[in-house]
Amino acid sequence: MELNPITILIASIFTSNMILANFLGMCSFIAVSKEIKTSLGLGQAVTFVLTGTSVINYLIYTYLLEPYGLEYLRFIVFIITIAAFVQLVEMIIERYVPTLYYSLGIFLPLITVNCAILGVSLFLIIRDYSLLQSLTFGIGSGIGWTLAIVALAGIRQKIKNAPVPKGLQGAGITLIITGLMALAFIGLSGVASIQ
Amino acid sequence: MIKGVGNIFKNGMFQDNPVFRQILGICSALAVTNLLINSFAMSLGLIFVTSFSSLTVSLLRNHTPGHLRMMVQTLIISAYVIIVDIVLKAYFPAMSTALGPYVGLIITNCIIMGRCEAYAQNNKPLPSFLDGVASGIGYMFVLMAIALFREFLGFGSFFGFAIMGEGWTNWVFMIMPPGAFFMLGILIWVANTYIPAKEETKGGAQ
Repeated sequence: MELNPITILIASIFTSNMILANFLGMCSFIAVSKEIKTSLGLGQAVTFVLTGTSVINYLIYTYLLEPYGLEYLRFIVFIITIAAFVQLVEMIIERYVPTLYYSLGIFLPLITVNCAILGVSLFLIIRDYSLLQSLTFGIGSGIGWTLAIVALAGIRQKIKNAPVPKGLQGAGITLIITGLMALAFIGLSGVASIQ
Repeated sequence: MIKGVGNIFKNGMFQDNPVFRQILGICSALAVTNLLINSFAMSLGLIFVTSFSSLTVSLLRNHTPGHLRMMVQTLIISAYVIIVDIVLKAYFPAMSTALGPYVGLIITNCIIMGRCEAYAQNNKPLPSFLDGVASGIGYMFVLMAIALFREFLGFGSFFGFAIMGEGWTNWVFMIMPPGAFFMLGILIWVANTYIPAKEETKGGAQ
Protein backbone atom coordinates (compact mmCIF):
# COMPACT_ATOMS: atom_id res chain seq x y z
CA MET A 1 0.00 0.00 0.00
CA GLU A 2 1.48 3.32 -1.09
CA LEU A 3 0.77 6.17 1.25
CA ASN A 4 1.75 9.69 0.41
CA PRO A 5 4.51 10.81 2.81
CA ILE A 6 2.60 14.05 3.40
CA THR A 7 -0.45 12.04 4.47
CA ILE A 8 1.72 10.16 6.92
CA LEU A 9 3.08 13.43 8.28
CA ILE A 10 -0.37 14.91 8.87
CA ALA A 11 -1.79 11.66 10.21
CA SER A 12 1.03 11.08 12.67
CA ILE A 13 0.61 14.59 14.07
CA PHE A 14 -3.17 14.58 14.44
CA THR A 15 -4.99 11.31 13.98
CA SER A 16 -2.39 8.70 14.96
CA ASN A 17 -0.79 10.88 17.59
CA MET A 18 1.86 8.90 19.48
CA ILE A 19 0.45 9.70 22.91
CA LEU A 20 -3.25 10.18 22.34
CA ALA A 21 -3.83 7.25 20.00
CA ASN A 22 -0.91 4.88 20.63
CA PHE A 23 -0.10 5.61 24.29
CA LEU A 24 3.64 5.82 23.64
CA GLY A 25 5.97 7.94 25.75
CA MET A 26 3.55 8.20 28.65
CA CYS A 27 6.13 8.08 31.45
CA SER A 28 7.86 11.35 30.65
CA PHE A 29 4.57 12.74 29.36
CA ILE A 30 3.11 12.57 32.87
CA ALA A 31 6.32 13.42 34.73
CA VAL A 32 7.59 16.41 32.74
CA SER A 33 4.36 18.13 31.75
CA LYS A 34 4.25 20.54 34.67
CA GLU A 35 5.50 23.62 32.79
CA ILE A 36 5.13 24.74 29.20
CA LYS A 37 8.78 25.75 28.84
CA THR A 38 10.31 22.43 29.93
CA SER A 39 7.69 20.50 27.95
CA LEU A 40 8.63 22.40 24.82
CA GLY A 41 12.32 21.66 25.44
CA LEU A 42 11.68 17.96 25.88
CA GLY A 43 9.40 17.97 22.85
CA GLN A 44 12.09 19.47 20.64
CA ALA A 45 14.66 16.96 21.84
CA VAL A 46 12.25 14.08 21.22
CA THR A 47 11.40 15.32 17.71
CA PHE A 48 15.06 15.62 16.85
CA VAL A 49 15.99 12.17 18.15
CA LEU A 50 12.89 10.57 16.58
CA THR A 51 13.73 11.95 13.15
CA GLY A 52 17.32 10.73 13.35
CA THR A 53 16.67 7.29 14.83
CA SER A 54 13.72 6.43 12.56
CA VAL A 55 15.91 6.95 9.47
CA ILE A 56 18.96 5.18 10.94
CA ASN A 57 16.92 2.24 12.21
CA TYR A 58 15.15 1.95 8.86
CA LEU A 59 18.48 1.80 7.03
CA ILE A 60 19.98 -0.71 9.48
CA TYR A 61 16.94 -2.93 9.31
CA THR A 62 16.62 -2.87 5.51
CA TYR A 63 20.29 -3.16 4.58
CA LEU A 64 21.83 -5.10 7.47
CA LEU A 65 19.28 -7.18 9.35
CA GLU A 66 16.87 -8.25 6.60
CA PRO A 67 19.41 -9.50 4.00
CA TYR A 68 21.04 -11.74 6.60
CA GLY A 69 17.81 -13.01 8.19
CA LEU A 70 18.58 -11.39 11.55
CA GLU A 71 15.17 -9.71 12.05
CA TYR A 72 14.83 -11.21 15.52
CA LEU A 73 17.79 -9.11 16.70
CA ARG A 74 15.93 -5.89 15.91
CA PHE A 75 15.00 -5.06 19.52
CA ILE A 76 18.59 -5.15 20.72
CA VAL A 77 19.93 -3.36 17.64
CA PHE A 78 17.29 -0.60 17.79
CA ILE A 79 17.82 0.09 21.47
CA ILE A 80 21.58 0.27 21.01
CA THR A 81 21.17 2.61 18.03
CA ILE A 82 18.91 4.87 20.04
CA ALA A 83 21.25 4.94 23.04
CA ALA A 84 24.27 5.60 20.82
CA PHE A 85 22.46 8.30 18.83
CA VAL A 86 21.37 10.11 21.98
CA GLN A 87 24.90 9.95 23.37
CA LEU A 88 26.36 11.25 20.10
CA VAL A 89 23.85 14.09 19.84
CA GLU A 90 24.59 15.05 23.41
CA MET A 91 28.33 15.24 22.73
CA ILE A 92 27.97 17.18 19.48
CA ILE A 93 25.55 19.68 20.94
CA GLU A 94 27.71 20.16 24.03
CA ARG A 95 30.76 20.84 21.87
CA TYR A 96 29.30 23.10 19.19
CA VAL A 97 26.02 24.60 20.43
CA PRO A 98 26.45 25.06 24.19
CA THR A 99 23.37 27.26 24.54
CA LEU A 100 21.18 24.53 23.06
CA TYR A 101 22.94 22.02 25.30
CA TYR A 102 21.93 23.89 28.41
CA SER A 103 18.30 24.02 27.37
CA LEU A 104 18.04 20.42 26.07
CA GLY A 105 20.85 18.79 28.03
CA ILE A 106 18.95 17.43 30.99
CA PHE A 107 16.29 15.89 28.74
CA LEU A 108 18.56 13.96 26.45
CA PRO A 109 19.38 11.01 28.76
CA LEU A 110 15.65 10.69 29.54
CA ILE A 111 14.92 10.13 25.89
CA THR A 112 16.68 6.77 25.62
CA VAL A 113 13.96 5.19 27.73
CA ASN A 114 11.11 7.07 26.08
CA CYS A 115 8.96 4.35 24.54
CA ALA A 116 7.86 6.65 21.72
CA ILE A 117 11.31 6.44 20.14
CA LEU A 118 11.49 2.64 20.09
CA GLY A 119 7.78 2.49 19.26
CA VAL A 120 8.17 4.57 16.10
CA SER A 121 11.02 2.36 14.90
CA LEU A 122 8.95 -0.77 15.50
CA PHE A 123 5.85 0.71 13.85
CA LEU A 124 7.69 1.62 10.67
CA ILE A 125 8.97 -1.93 10.34
CA ILE A 126 5.54 -3.44 10.97
CA ARG A 127 3.85 -1.07 8.51
CA ASP A 128 6.49 -1.60 5.84
CA TYR A 129 7.33 2.04 5.19
CA SER A 130 9.84 3.29 2.61
CA LEU A 131 12.73 5.60 3.54
CA LEU A 132 10.82 8.80 2.77
CA GLN A 133 7.74 7.52 4.59
CA SER A 134 9.86 6.63 7.61
CA LEU A 135 11.37 10.10 7.64
CA THR A 136 8.02 11.89 7.58
CA PHE A 137 6.59 9.42 10.10
CA GLY A 138 9.48 10.21 12.45
CA ILE A 139 9.10 13.97 12.09
CA GLY A 140 5.31 13.85 12.35
CA SER A 141 5.35 11.66 15.44
CA GLY A 142 7.80 14.02 17.10
CA ILE A 143 5.71 17.08 16.33
CA GLY A 144 2.58 15.29 17.46
CA TRP A 145 4.22 14.30 20.74
CA THR A 146 5.40 17.88 21.31
CA LEU A 147 1.94 19.23 20.53
CA ALA A 148 0.32 16.89 23.04
CA ILE A 149 2.79 17.51 25.89
CA VAL A 150 2.75 21.30 25.46
CA ALA A 151 -1.05 21.34 25.37
CA LEU A 152 -1.17 19.20 28.51
CA ALA A 153 1.34 21.43 30.29
CA GLY A 154 -0.79 24.46 29.42
CA ILE A 155 -3.88 22.84 30.91
CA ARG A 156 -2.01 21.68 34.02
CA GLN A 157 -0.77 25.20 34.68
CA LYS A 158 -4.37 26.43 34.52
CA ILE A 159 -5.72 23.85 36.97
CA LYS A 160 -2.95 24.37 39.51
CA ASN A 161 -5.31 26.19 41.85
CA ALA A 162 -8.42 24.18 41.09
CA PRO A 163 -9.96 22.12 43.93
CA VAL A 164 -9.15 18.61 42.67
CA PRO A 165 -10.25 15.73 44.97
CA LYS A 166 -7.36 14.48 47.09
CA GLY A 167 -6.92 10.99 45.62
CA LEU A 168 -7.14 12.33 42.10
CA GLN A 169 -4.34 14.87 42.39
CA GLY A 170 -1.23 14.37 40.32
CA ALA A 171 -1.30 11.42 37.96
CA GLY A 172 -5.04 10.75 38.22
CA ILE A 173 -6.26 14.13 37.03
CA THR A 174 -3.51 14.23 34.40
CA LEU A 175 -4.79 10.99 32.90
CA ILE A 176 -8.36 12.27 32.87
CA ILE A 177 -7.23 15.47 31.10
CA THR A 178 -5.31 13.37 28.60
CA GLY A 179 -8.46 11.35 28.03
CA LEU A 180 -10.39 14.54 27.23
CA MET A 181 -7.61 15.64 24.86
CA ALA A 182 -7.68 12.26 23.13
CA LEU A 183 -11.44 12.64 22.76
CA ALA A 184 -10.94 16.03 21.13
CA PHE A 185 -8.33 14.65 18.74
CA ILE A 186 -10.72 11.90 17.63
CA GLY A 187 -12.77 14.71 16.15
CA LEU A 188 -9.96 15.16 13.60
CA SER A 189 -10.01 11.54 12.49
CA GLY A 190 -11.52 12.38 9.10
CA VAL A 191 -8.47 14.46 8.10
CA ALA A 192 -6.08 11.63 7.27
CA SER A 193 -5.78 7.98 8.14
CA ILE A 194 -2.85 5.59 8.10
CA GLN A 195 -4.17 2.54 9.92
CA MET B 1 12.07 -15.95 55.30
CA ILE B 2 8.38 -16.73 54.81
CA LYS B 3 7.44 -13.36 56.21
CA GLY B 4 9.97 -11.70 53.92
CA VAL B 5 8.40 -13.36 50.90
CA GLY B 6 4.96 -12.28 52.04
CA ASN B 7 6.17 -8.72 52.35
CA ILE B 8 7.71 -8.70 48.91
CA PHE B 9 4.40 -9.80 47.39
CA LYS B 10 2.33 -7.40 49.47
CA ASN B 11 4.53 -4.48 48.45
CA GLY B 12 4.68 -5.44 44.79
CA MET B 13 0.96 -5.97 44.47
CA PHE B 14 -0.57 -3.24 46.58
CA GLN B 15 1.50 -0.75 48.51
CA ASP B 16 4.20 -0.22 45.89
CA ASN B 17 2.12 -1.31 42.94
CA PRO B 18 4.16 -0.27 39.91
CA VAL B 19 1.24 1.08 37.89
CA PHE B 20 -0.97 3.09 40.17
CA ARG B 21 1.52 3.87 42.91
CA GLN B 22 4.69 4.56 40.96
CA ILE B 23 3.09 5.42 37.58
CA LEU B 24 5.49 3.13 35.75
CA GLY B 25 4.85 1.12 32.64
CA ILE B 26 1.54 2.71 31.78
CA CYS B 27 2.15 2.86 28.00
CA SER B 28 1.34 -0.79 27.61
CA ALA B 29 -1.15 -0.76 30.46
CA LEU B 30 -3.24 1.58 28.32
CA ALA B 31 -2.59 0.10 24.91
CA VAL B 32 -3.44 -3.57 25.34
CA THR B 33 -6.34 -3.34 27.79
CA ASN B 34 -9.21 -3.28 25.29
CA LEU B 35 -9.53 -7.07 25.58
CA LEU B 36 -8.97 -9.27 28.62
CA ILE B 37 -7.15 -11.94 26.65
CA ASN B 38 -4.62 -9.44 25.26
CA SER B 39 -3.93 -8.06 28.73
CA PHE B 40 -3.48 -11.56 30.06
CA ALA B 41 -0.89 -12.48 27.41
CA MET B 42 0.92 -9.18 27.85
CA SER B 43 1.05 -9.62 31.65
CA LEU B 44 2.43 -13.14 31.40
CA GLY B 45 5.15 -11.86 29.07
CA LEU B 46 5.96 -9.06 31.46
CA ILE B 47 6.08 -11.33 34.53
CA PHE B 48 8.48 -13.61 32.67
CA VAL B 49 10.76 -10.76 31.60
CA THR B 50 10.72 -8.92 34.96
CA SER B 51 11.42 -12.00 37.05
CA PHE B 52 14.17 -13.47 34.90
CA SER B 53 15.91 -10.18 34.17
CA SER B 54 15.88 -9.39 37.91
CA LEU B 55 17.38 -12.81 38.54
CA THR B 56 20.08 -12.34 35.92
CA VAL B 57 20.92 -8.80 36.99
CA SER B 58 21.20 -10.01 40.56
CA LEU B 59 23.48 -12.92 39.61
CA LEU B 60 25.76 -10.58 37.69
CA ARG B 61 25.61 -7.72 40.17
CA ASN B 62 29.10 -8.27 41.56
CA HIS B 63 30.67 -8.53 38.11
CA THR B 64 29.07 -5.50 36.47
CA PRO B 65 31.10 -2.30 36.44
CA GLY B 66 29.01 0.56 37.83
CA HIS B 67 29.16 2.86 34.82
CA LEU B 68 28.10 0.10 32.43
CA ARG B 69 25.22 -1.24 34.47
CA MET B 70 22.40 0.49 32.57
CA MET B 71 23.69 -0.88 29.29
CA VAL B 72 24.07 -4.38 30.73
CA GLN B 73 20.55 -4.26 32.18
CA THR B 74 19.08 -3.11 28.88
CA LEU B 75 20.80 -5.92 27.00
CA ILE B 76 19.62 -8.54 29.51
CA ILE B 77 16.05 -7.25 29.27
CA SER B 78 16.18 -7.17 25.46
CA ALA B 79 17.35 -10.76 25.35
CA TYR B 80 14.36 -11.94 27.39
CA VAL B 81 11.96 -9.83 25.36
CA ILE B 82 13.27 -11.46 22.19
CA ILE B 83 12.47 -14.86 23.72
CA VAL B 84 8.91 -13.73 24.47
CA ASP B 85 8.52 -12.33 20.96
CA ILE B 86 9.77 -15.49 19.26
CA VAL B 87 7.59 -17.76 21.41
CA LEU B 88 4.51 -15.62 20.67
CA LYS B 89 5.25 -15.59 16.94
CA ALA B 90 5.78 -19.35 16.84
CA TYR B 91 2.88 -20.58 18.97
CA PHE B 92 0.36 -17.73 19.10
CA PRO B 93 0.67 -15.82 15.80
CA ALA B 94 -2.76 -14.20 16.20
CA MET B 95 -1.81 -12.84 19.62
CA SER B 96 1.51 -11.63 18.25
CA THR B 97 -0.28 -9.56 15.59
CA ALA B 98 -2.80 -8.22 18.09
CA LEU B 99 -0.10 -6.99 20.48
CA GLY B 100 1.99 -5.62 17.58
CA PRO B 101 4.85 -3.40 18.63
CA TYR B 102 3.87 -3.48 22.29
CA VAL B 103 5.71 -6.76 22.85
CA GLY B 104 8.96 -5.08 21.80
CA LEU B 105 8.08 -2.13 23.97
CA ILE B 106 8.37 -4.31 27.07
CA ILE B 107 12.06 -3.34 26.81
CA THR B 108 11.31 0.28 27.57
CA ASN B 109 8.72 -0.62 30.18
CA CYS B 110 10.07 1.27 33.16
CA ILE B 111 8.83 -1.36 35.64
CA ILE B 112 11.54 -3.82 34.66
CA MET B 113 14.38 -1.33 34.62
CA GLY B 114 13.02 0.12 37.85
CA ARG B 115 13.04 -3.21 39.68
CA CYS B 116 16.51 -4.12 38.35
CA GLU B 117 17.89 -0.79 39.45
CA ALA B 118 16.08 -0.44 42.77
CA TYR B 119 16.07 -4.01 44.00
CA ALA B 120 18.00 -6.63 42.02
CA GLN B 121 21.17 -4.57 41.94
CA ASN B 122 21.51 -4.83 45.74
CA ASN B 123 19.88 -8.12 46.65
CA LYS B 124 20.43 -11.85 46.40
CA PRO B 125 19.13 -13.73 43.33
CA LEU B 126 16.14 -15.50 44.90
CA PRO B 127 14.50 -12.47 46.57
CA SER B 128 15.15 -10.51 43.36
CA PHE B 129 13.38 -13.15 41.32
CA LEU B 130 10.40 -13.07 43.70
CA ASP B 131 10.40 -9.28 43.65
CA GLY B 132 10.22 -9.40 39.86
CA VAL B 133 7.31 -11.85 40.00
CA ALA B 134 5.51 -9.69 42.58
CA SER B 135 5.86 -6.50 40.55
CA GLY B 136 4.74 -8.37 37.46
CA ILE B 137 1.67 -9.67 39.28
CA GLY B 138 0.92 -6.16 40.54
CA TYR B 139 1.03 -4.98 36.94
CA MET B 140 -1.17 -7.87 35.82
CA PHE B 141 -3.67 -7.08 38.52
CA VAL B 142 -4.11 -3.50 37.28
CA LEU B 143 -4.21 -4.53 33.62
CA MET B 144 -6.89 -7.12 34.24
CA ALA B 145 -8.95 -4.65 36.26
CA ILE B 146 -8.85 -2.05 33.47
CA ALA B 147 -9.46 -4.65 30.76
CA LEU B 148 -12.37 -6.16 32.66
CA PHE B 149 -14.26 -2.86 32.59
CA ARG B 150 -13.20 -1.87 29.09
CA GLU B 151 -14.15 -5.19 27.55
CA PHE B 152 -17.37 -5.42 29.50
CA LEU B 153 -18.54 -1.92 28.60
CA GLY B 154 -17.04 -1.85 25.12
CA PHE B 155 -18.08 -5.27 23.84
CA GLY B 156 -20.47 -6.55 26.54
CA SER B 157 -18.30 -9.63 26.90
CA PHE B 158 -15.96 -11.40 29.31
CA PHE B 159 -12.87 -13.10 27.83
CA GLY B 160 -14.62 -13.02 24.46
CA PHE B 161 -17.92 -14.58 25.64
CA ALA B 162 -20.90 -12.33 25.13
CA ILE B 163 -22.66 -12.11 28.47
CA MET B 164 -24.99 -9.18 28.01
CA GLY B 165 -27.45 -10.56 25.46
CA GLU B 166 -29.30 -8.72 22.69
CA GLY B 167 -30.38 -5.54 24.39
CA TRP B 168 -26.86 -4.36 25.23
CA THR B 169 -25.45 -1.34 23.44
CA ASN B 170 -21.65 -1.30 23.17
CA TRP B 171 -19.88 1.75 24.55
CA VAL B 172 -17.62 2.25 21.53
CA PHE B 173 -15.95 5.03 23.47
CA MET B 174 -14.47 2.50 25.91
CA ILE B 175 -12.55 0.65 23.20
CA MET B 176 -11.04 3.85 21.86
CA PRO B 177 -8.01 5.52 23.49
CA PRO B 178 -9.92 8.05 25.66
CA GLY B 179 -11.67 5.19 27.45
CA ALA B 180 -8.29 3.81 28.50
CA PHE B 181 -7.15 7.15 29.90
CA PHE B 182 -10.36 7.62 31.88
CA MET B 183 -10.32 4.07 33.25
CA LEU B 184 -6.74 4.32 34.47
CA GLY B 185 -7.36 7.77 35.94
CA ILE B 186 -10.38 6.50 37.87
CA LEU B 187 -8.50 3.40 39.01
CA ILE B 188 -5.65 5.52 40.38
CA TRP B 189 -8.22 7.65 42.17
CA VAL B 190 -9.84 4.59 43.78
CA ALA B 191 -6.45 3.11 44.70
CA ASN B 192 -5.20 6.33 46.27
CA THR B 193 -8.37 6.61 48.30
CA TYR B 194 -8.66 3.04 49.59
CA ILE B 195 -5.14 1.63 49.75
CA PRO B 196 -3.22 3.44 52.48
CA ALA B 197 0.19 4.76 51.50
CA LYS B 198 3.17 3.41 53.38
CA GLU B 199 4.81 5.56 56.03
CA GLU B 200 8.15 5.72 54.27
CA THR B 201 8.86 4.72 50.71
CA LYS B 202 11.95 2.66 50.29
CA GLY B 203 13.88 2.62 47.06
CA GLY B 204 11.13 3.72 44.70
CA ALA B 205 12.36 3.66 41.12
CA GLN B 206 13.47 6.90 39.53
